[in-house]
Amino acid sequence: MKTKLIFIIGALSILGLFWLPLWRITLDAPQYPEGVSMYIHINKIGGDTPGTLQNINILNHYIGMKFIEPESIPELTYFPYVIAGMAALGLILGLTGNKKLWITWIVILGILGVLGVYDFYLWEYDYGHNLDPNAAIRIEGMTYQPPLFGSKPLLNFVAHSYPHTGAIFLGLSFVLCTLAIFLSKSNKAEDSYH
Amino acid sequence: MKNSIFKIAAFMIIAIGGGYLLTQCGTSSPDKGGGVLSGSTAEEVFVAPGELDEYYAFMSGGYSGQMGVYGLPSGRLFRVIPIFSQDAEKGYGYNEETKPMLETSWGFIPWDDSHHPELSQTNGEIDGRYVFINGNNTPRVAKINLTTMETEEIIEIPNAGGNHASAFITENTEYITASTRFSVPVPQADEKIASYADKFNGVWTFISFEEEDMEIGFQILAPPFNWDLAHAGKGESHGWMFFSSYNAEKANTLLEKNASQLDKDFIAAVNWKLAEEYIAQGKARDMQVDFRNNEWDESTQMATSHTRNTVKVLIPEECPGLVYLLPTPKSPHGVDVDPTGKFIVGGGKLSADMAVHSFDKMLKAIENEDFETTIDGIPVLKYDNILQGIVKQPGLGPLHTEFDGRGNAYTTFFISSEIVKWKVETQEILDRVPTYYSVGHLMIPGGDSRKPEEGGKYMVALNKITKDRYLPTGPELAHSAQLYDISRDKMRLLLDFPTVGEPHYAQGLLASRIKDKQVKTYLLEENKHPYVTDRESRVKVEREGNEVHVYMTAIRSHLAPDNIEGIKVGDEVYFHVTNLEQDWDVPHGFAMMGATNAELLIMPGQTETLLWKPIKVGVFPFYCTDFCSALHQEMQGYVRVSPRGSNVPLSWRLGDDTGGADPAP
Repeated sequence: MKTKLIFIIGALSILGLFWLPLWRITLDAPQYPEGVSMYIHINKIGGDTPGTLQNINILNHYIGMKFIEPESIPELTYFPYVIAGMAALGLILGLTGNKKLWITWIVILGILGVLGVYDFYLWEYDYGHNLDPNAAIRIEGMTYQPPLFGSKPLLNFVAHSYPHTGAIFLGLSFVLCTLAIFLSKSNKAEDSYH
Repeated sequence: MKNSIFKIAAFMIIAIGGGYLLTQCGTSSPDKGGGVLSGSTAEEVFVAPGELDEYYAFMSGGYSGQMGVYGLPSGRLFRVIPIFSQDAEKGYGYNEETKPMLETSWGFIPWDDSHHPELSQTNGEIDGRYVFINGNNTPRVAKINLTTMETEEIIEIPNAGGNHASAFITENTEYITASTRFSVPVPQADEKIASYADKFNGVWTFISFEEEDMEIGFQILAPPFNWDLAHAGKGESHGWMFFSSYNAEKANTLLEKNASQLDKDFIAAVNWKLAEEYIAQGKARDMQVDFRNNEWDESTQMATSHTRNTVKVLIPEECPGLVYLLPTPKSPHGVDVDPTGKFIVGGGKLSADMAVHSFDKMLKAIENEDFETTIDGIPVLKYDNILQGIVKQPGLGPLHTEFDGRGNAYTTFFISSEIVKWKVETQEILDRVPTYYSVGHLMIPGGDSRKPEEGGKYMVALNKITKDRYLPTGPELAHSAQLYDISRDKMRLLLDFPTVGEPHYAQGLLASRIKDKQVKTYLLEENKHPYVTDRESRVKVEREGNEVHVYMTAIRSHLAPDNIEGIKVGDEVYFHVTNLEQDWDVPHGFAMMGATNAELLIMPGQTETLLWKPIKVGVFPFYCTDFCSALHQEMQGYVRVSPRGSNVPLSWRLGDDTGGADPAP
């Protein structure tokens, strides 16, 4: 019973992604002493202020980068369904107490996570490489793909890209669900001794 | 044993002596010229690059009509807030949005003389909401919002001439005072000037401040003296307002002699709470007047000028107990109330001594009807019965007094060019320091409130004459301010810095009260300007007869549209430029060749309008004036002006985006 509860809490904790951003990209430059931060949620792209995204787009347009327009990123529309669906599935599977199904759920979440990161990489690649050939600033051989994870200088900016607070929920989900499986295993083992 | 006692005594003598010497080093009053910023003094005012000042100081610009925002202790100037004067740099009073701010019953007035800033208070303490300031020449009072540092409202004062005793406030900002330095016929009339004593009057004006909006609450008719300065009662004297005056002689010519004859002039004590009761009883007369109240609306980014036609006036003769006159030695200038509200200091500028009145004694004298005489129906209290004491021969030409909240007063002496520190209770003189030169007002942050900031740490002297203090700049020299440390027994000069215009009076407050409340950008989605263009796809040019409206946007690094054709000689072209930026510190400027007004300086999210009347055929450039970005120099455009009656159709473009008729190939 206890393990079911742990699994369900674990599965539902991914709903925290509706609340906190999964990833953060920060740009540092001398004129931006506080940095310009973009927060990537599963359903939107936000910033420190309502104007942040516009400010980043203004800076990017000099090098011919496409405008980052959340409306044109389909993932932001269907990701919420995927997460909500996974949480619902986790709830149902949790109630069954079927360990194999639990493992399957974790594997699916893991695959989705990897796909998500790969998708993020593709977007970054597209923004960084697919530049307007008539941009004001063109530097031979220069591309502006932000790092997937870590820091990287891009002209006058240093871009930092790291998971943000929402990722804690994703991690929590993995830890709790794995723990539930582990505990249910050892419970069974204990049972067999009796 | 004896030996060791001797040793201890010797050690103590050395220690005390050494300590004395050290204090002497620290407090040695610095002479003009070198040495002032040597050693530790320099460190005390040094705000390292990247560091922020501890205090904001709002210093009036005097005859510039504006107000300077400075940092203390560094003395650095951050901003000049345009208030009563047109400011071409900011487009204030030139763009269509702010022109109504300078409307008066005399029409558009591009200048005034701003004297006394006063910070809003709650419970007698600075609350960091607004700063008010008076316009002296064409009587007005302005309200400046401390989150935007912009002028939000200006109200004209009817029935007045020379609004000098202003803008002083009551301890919860219930009222802001205005007054008349130059008495005039009330109502205005074609009178002989020689009939001054009989036909002229002063007025004490109480501007109400309900819901953060200024209205003329009421006026009280005053004898025709020159009403000079004011301060509200506080604490136990809350509910009273004190106005100083000179010219009890009622002279109307050669005042420097004729208004300096009597031994005593008067401070008027006005019971404004009683005035409210009299008004509730219907004792006020509705007088027909003509004045303006100009208000800035942040949501539309526009000012509107409203005409007002009535004012409530109370006549002291009809309202017993409303006003009393406090005889005060020779032509008092400042009238200053100490933080407890118990003592009223009158700076008798032509007197050798300085009078300190007691509020308690004043109330007792009123109760006992210790009246000397009556002037225009107003009882004159007996001088000896209201006097707390006299500061004996403190200096020459006492003007203004501020307080440190520790029981000390600091008074400026214009003629002897010094500031004297004295104890309020005992009137004992404690210290004096020179100023460079001819100090007028002084300012201790919160020094005229119930609670001076940090118990009085800094004092600023606001001087009229600089002579040899700075590198000379021809016949016209800068005015100056001097910063003193007053946290110890002895006052110490720390810094000397030039100011914008005349730093007539000033107010200061801890930066922490307002620094984090500063507005960074105006939200574009909240911009309700009738000619806003909230995105580039909505730019357009419209013609209504000979009026052309250009809906333009500015964003790094282009103006949209940047090619406009179909304008004709004789047109009136309104450029409504919206700054689409939503980032802090990215204003855009807009300048049009041949514009007879000024530039626009548009803050992020704001819309401003420049009127341009082309009189020549040709193609004329416009551009962004504020260095906004790396491609700022490219931020430009052209207007093609065709002859009157030409049939070139109206069209515009930005890159591949075009509008109107087919643009010229």
